[in-house]
Amino acid sequence: MPLARSAMLIAAAMLVMSVLVVPSRADEQGLRPYVVVGDAIPQSLTGMPGDAARGRALVLDRTSTCILCHSGPLPETQFQGDLAPSLTGAGSRWSEGQLRLRLVDASRLNPATIMPSYYRIEGLARVGPAWRGKPILSAEQIEDLVAYLASLRE
Amino acid sequence: MKPVRAIVTVLLIAAVPVLAAEIPQSERRSGFSFMGPDTQAMQNDDTANPGILWVLDGEALWKSKAGAAGKACADCHGDARTSMKGVAARYPAFDKALGHPVDLEQRINNCRTTHQQATPLPYESRELLALTAFLAQQSRGMSIMPERDPQLEPFIAKGRELFLQRQGQLNLACANCHDDNWDKRLAGSAITQGHPTGYPLYRLEWQSLGSLQRRLRACISGIRAQPYAFGAPELVELELYLMWRARGMPAETPAVRP
Ligand code: HEC
Ligand code: HEC
Repeated sequence: MPLARSAMLIAAAMLVMSVLVVPSRADEQGLRPYVVVGDAIPQSLTGMPGDAARGRALVLDRTSTCILCHSGPLPETQFQGDLAPSLTGAGSRWSEGQLRLRLVDASRLNPATIMPSYYRIEGLARVGPAWRGKPILSAEQIEDLVAYLASLRE
Repeated sequence: MKPVRAIVTVLLIAAVPVLAAEIPQSERRSGFSFMGPDTQAMQNDDTANPGILWVLDGEALWKSKAGAAGKACADCHGDARTSMKGVAARYPAFDKALGHPVDLEQRINNCRTTHQQATPLPYESRELLALTAFLAQQSRGMSIMPERDPQLEPFIAKGRELFLQRQGQLNLACANCHDDNWDKRLAGSAITQGHPTGYPLYRLEWQSLGSLQRRLRACISGIRAQPYAFGAPELVELELYLMWRARGMPAETPAVRP
């Protein structure tokens, strides 16, 4: 490829990237700030890697709500939902950054999704008092889930 | 169409979230059809259906005098088997004096306060559930059919809007589950189409009879939204929309659900 053309391509790619790098307003709401790059949040919300064993326990715990919709390689429970794709193999399909954005705010990728945004507090209607102003999961819990999901390889 | 208006129309259409279609009438199914054979048998056999205990209590209350007027329901309405046949199947109904629809529980309490001069019965009290179940049983097997009253239409429309509105920390609408995913399972439970055909009904999980409003409040808390208070206009509008959505389906009170 001639040099001029590849330089132009790189410039175009950088333009696209700069459009797609979207800093969130998360910090204004008491949430950890994060940066979306393309369809991913590459950096850990806590700056630390999560714990896959804690993430697995969280998926099994009904209060995280994952198991209501998803199934996964979790032989200890027969009560798994089928409203959503199985989590089995999620780590082969997606990078950690992609998994993180899907947990933080899946509606950025699919505005019609039924998957809740686990780390977002704006744009919600009539939230019950016990849950108002809080994300569904904490930054630490999101990182534990990312670590667990990334370990689900086929 | 003028170009500007055409563009505005296109934008408006684009801004409306993708909504799943309503369930075609011929594909509607009662919650009954999602249950296992044991629970179905329990509903069908009056000697095994726990809801019948409330119906019997309701029949006794229908005949007992109450309030300062010293009148029983039966003193005005006679035999419920004839006078109340089909009534529950067309509730909530428009109340001309109040200017809005009332559900069966509210109608019963209106009669208590105005005609019996008695205190209204609290929501989910044994007495109110019993009277409601007894009245609703008089419509068992009949087609659900809210009245074709033009005054009801704006309230049906409000109920539909509430049904389609995403709400709560989980940001889900009733329609996300009951229109779009009724053939799926939420963890271990069948989601069902959410038809109000059997209320008040005996829920094994509750170990009790419960009203339609109790069920709606449970679904609203389930999506971590603020439940409307019992008797709130929004709950009556949802009840009305659900009855209209279920029009033509047979009434089942007292039903049994898991
Ligand atoms: C109310 C339903 C619902 C809940 C609750 C839910 N999800 Fe999802 N999820 C979905 C749906 C539907 C999709 C498919 C993509 C879409 O619609 O955005 C999805 C997609 C995903 C994906 C990508 C799957 C793939 O391989 O394509 C992952 C990973 C995921 N969810 C993880 C989770 C985790 C972890 C939780 C809990 C913290 C959770 N989800 C809770 C509905 C849900
Ligand atoms: C996340 C999924 C979900 C959402 C959202 C939801 N429901 Fe439900 N609903 C259920 C499940 C599960 C049941 C229990 C199964 C059953 O008995 O039908 C149920 C039961 C019902 C029933 C009882 C049906 C019967 O046969 O007795 C009604 C009526 C109902 N829902 C209405 C609503 C309304 C109105 C809303 C919104 C305010 C709503 N639901 C939101 C999952 C949901």
